[in-house]
Amino acid sequence: MRARTLAAVLLAGGLALTACGKEGTPGDTGGTAPSQAAATDVKIDGSPTFEKIKARGRVIIGVKEDQPGLGFKDPTTNKYSGFDIEIAKLMAAKLGYAEDKIDYKAVASAGREQALINGDVDYYVGTYTINAARKEKIAFAGPYYTAGQDLLVRKDDTSITGKDTLKGKKVCSATASTPIKKIRDENLTEPENITEFQLYSQCVSKLAEGAVDAVTTDDAILKGFAAQDPDKFKVVGKPFSLEPYGIGLSKEDTALRGKFFDVLEAALKDGTWQTIYDNTLGKSGSAATKPIIERY
Amino acid sequence: MSSVLFDVPGPRARFRHRVLAVVGVLGVVGLLGFIVYRFADSGQFEPRLWEWLQYETIQIGLIEGLLNTLKAFALGAVLAMVFGAFFAAGRLSEHAIFRGPSSVVVEFFRAVPLLIMMFTFYYGLPQVGVKMTPFTVVVLSLMLYNGSVLAEIFRAGIKSLPKGQTEAAYALGMRKTQVMVLVLLPQALRSMMPTIISQLVVLLKDTALGFIITYEELLYYARFIGSQGQFGRPLVPITIIVGAMYITMCLLLTLLANYLEKRNRRNKKVQTAVPVEDIAPAGATTGA
Amino acid sequence: MSVLTNFSSLFLSAFGTTLKLFAFSAVGSLILGTFLAMLRVSPVPVFRAAATTYVGMLRNTPLTLVFFFFTFAYPLLKILKLDPDPTAIVALTLYTSAFVCEVVRSGINTVPVGQAEASRALGLTFSQMLASVVLPQALRAVVPPLVSTMIALLKNTTVAAGFSVQDAGSISYSLSEAGADTLVGLGWVAFFFVLLVIPLTLLQRSLEKRWSVAR
Repeated sequence: MRARTLAAVLLAGGLALTACGKEGTPGDTGGTAPSQAAATDVKIDGSPTFEKIKARGRVIIGVKEDQPGLGFKDPTTNKYSGFDIEIAKLMAAKLGYAEDKIDYKAVASAGREQALINGDVDYYVGTYTINAARKEKIAFAGPYYTAGQDLLVRKDDTSITGKDTLKGKKVCSATASTPIKKIRDENLTEPENITEFQLYSQCVSKLAEGAVDAVTTDDAILKGFAAQDPDKFKVVGKPFSLEPYGIGLSKEDTALRGKFFDVLEAALKDGTWQTIYDNTLGKSGSAATKPIIERY
Repeated sequence: MSSVLFDVPGPRARFRHRVLAVVGVLGVVGLLGFIVYRFADSGQFEPRLWEWLQYETIQIGLIEGLLNTLKAFALGAVLAMVFGAFFAAGRLSEHAIFRGPSSVVVEFFRAVPLLIMMFTFYYGLPQVGVKMTPFTVVVLSLMLYNGSVLAEIFRAGIKSLPKGQTEAAYALGMRKTQVMVLVLLPQALRSMMPTIISQLVVLLKDTALGFIITYEELLYYARFIGSQGQFGRPLVPITIIVGAMYITMCLLLTLLANYLEKRNRRNKKVQTAVPVEDIAPAGATTGA
Repeated sequence: MSVLTNFSSLFLSAFGTTLKLFAFSAVGSLILGTFLAMLRVSPVPVFRAAATTYVGMLRNTPLTLVFFFFTFAYPLLKILKLDPDPTAIVALTLYTSAFVCEVVRSGINTVPVGQAEASRALGLTFSQMLASVVLPQALRAVVPPLVSTMIALLKNTTVAAGFSVQDAGSISYSLSEAGADTLVGLGWVAFFFVLLVIPLTLLQRSLEKRWSVAR
């Protein structure tokens, strides 16, 4: 109680505020799908990761925390939500671990491979594009979603309809990211119109304020922002690259990889995948394209 | 009045001052009024933008950010003092072998911008296999930069002591280390205290650079809250609150510095040989 | 060396931006800072209080937070729209002016009261006293620490790189985007800063030595 009072005093800065913190969340943030029943008696032969999970009794999943609709931590509840989180939960359920046995660990893009190699996380679900360079260090199960570079614009903006209408418009993306490199390399807008910030959320703030005209990155990330503020933003919906998202896991663990492929295939067939999509990214109003699993 | 410029005002000057005071008050009130009007007009007083303050998890998050800031500050400060003392001793050494390299190190780290140092450790070094957490990078950079500045402060403090102190100590038969540890350092430390503390204020402020390399300190958390669409992106409120927190922390440190300075002045034994501003080396009190 | 030659235009334009930020903010903060110092020594209490509050606030706020405010929060107040570069100049000017103010004020205070009193006794007017007695003496105490403040300003321009300004601090971002060696690139950036700062430091030292008056 003392810390809480202290907190309030510090925060209120003299304003008369209540000493007790509010709990809960002001609104729907990322969306959660109906939870999956945890499977029982799961056996995966020859999976060192699964052995570790069993010994620990808990699953540690690497995720993102700053992407609404995908992997998002709500600061009012410290709970994670979004499409990636639901996929992660589905995998855990099929391994026999319900939601209360999951520990999430936020790992930023740059640290993902290392976290998997070190074994800091059992597997990673967080806008993780499958590519050959990464496959040399780790393995992927998926794609569980196929994203593509797209544009987020203000709702009332009709002048931007695709990548070729960006000339003369101010475009924002994450500093030194692949999407902004594409804009620059293909000369889609003038160099002086490119704005770069560290986080997509900062670009979105600038879009809301009117300082930039479009935010570009994977459509899944943009849909998340659009779903959070559907009255303000929309996704153009003409992706101009392919970014297949996979579940990252240790390269050696082929048994667990096989299991994840089975789960994903089943989920795509029986409608679980669709339910998850509709309850998370689908809220942005964009339709889903089911990915085609590429087993290896 | 502290100023030397003005004579004691006569009746006409007093009248003029009163007129100016009214103009000044009007000006300040006008400016504040304009700012408040802009706040109200652009909807910054809407309750939705301030609602986040009431959530317990966010309050705890802010406190955690604050603790991370203080953690980097505390460790950075201790290490910078050690670093500073070491290199000050190096620069004051009688042997050129120590003096030369110490000078190069101190001058180099004072000249390189702190942010460039952080970038080098965080983005550059992993290329050669040296990986550090953002916390380590922040503390290490703060140590190198502020330590170098402190080294100069220590050195200036010791040099500003009257020569007689050293000579008397030698005359009493003390050895070099004894002279330094028993005679020079205690006096220098006391007269340098205010300068040292204002450099620590700089160090505290510089921890905020950590957010650019993803160290999860106060400003980092402010950015996180400021991006929350569910609260209408409360960027203005969070900046104000975090700013107030920084100003409070720094003011507390500054008050400590002022208190120590006053206590020193009362104490006749301590000579404040050089005014603080004069020995503050390049960028000493003007860090980021 | 190859990083420097391959990306020479990047280095040139980035350091050009840095120097531009520096020049504009230096002039701006010198003017604003001197004005604030005048307010701080003014006989009117309101002026003193206003300037003291301003200086106290800005000196105790991290520059990064000042940037953060002007980049993200200030535009929401919809007062005057600014591009990233002018935003950086405004942030740097406001921040540095608080330090300039302190330097100028303490410089004026180093002139003994007797000097002003003597000039008044000799019948000098206020402006004559300022121009030929107080300011020349204050200048000696002001210039060396002012050079230090300007050195700090030069280094502080790099903070703008975190706020979408393509200055010297942003070189590493551009290099990593191009897949070049960022470590070597950052080494060069550090080297150029040392090159820029060392002459200023030497200037400051020699001024300090030559102009220090025993009082």
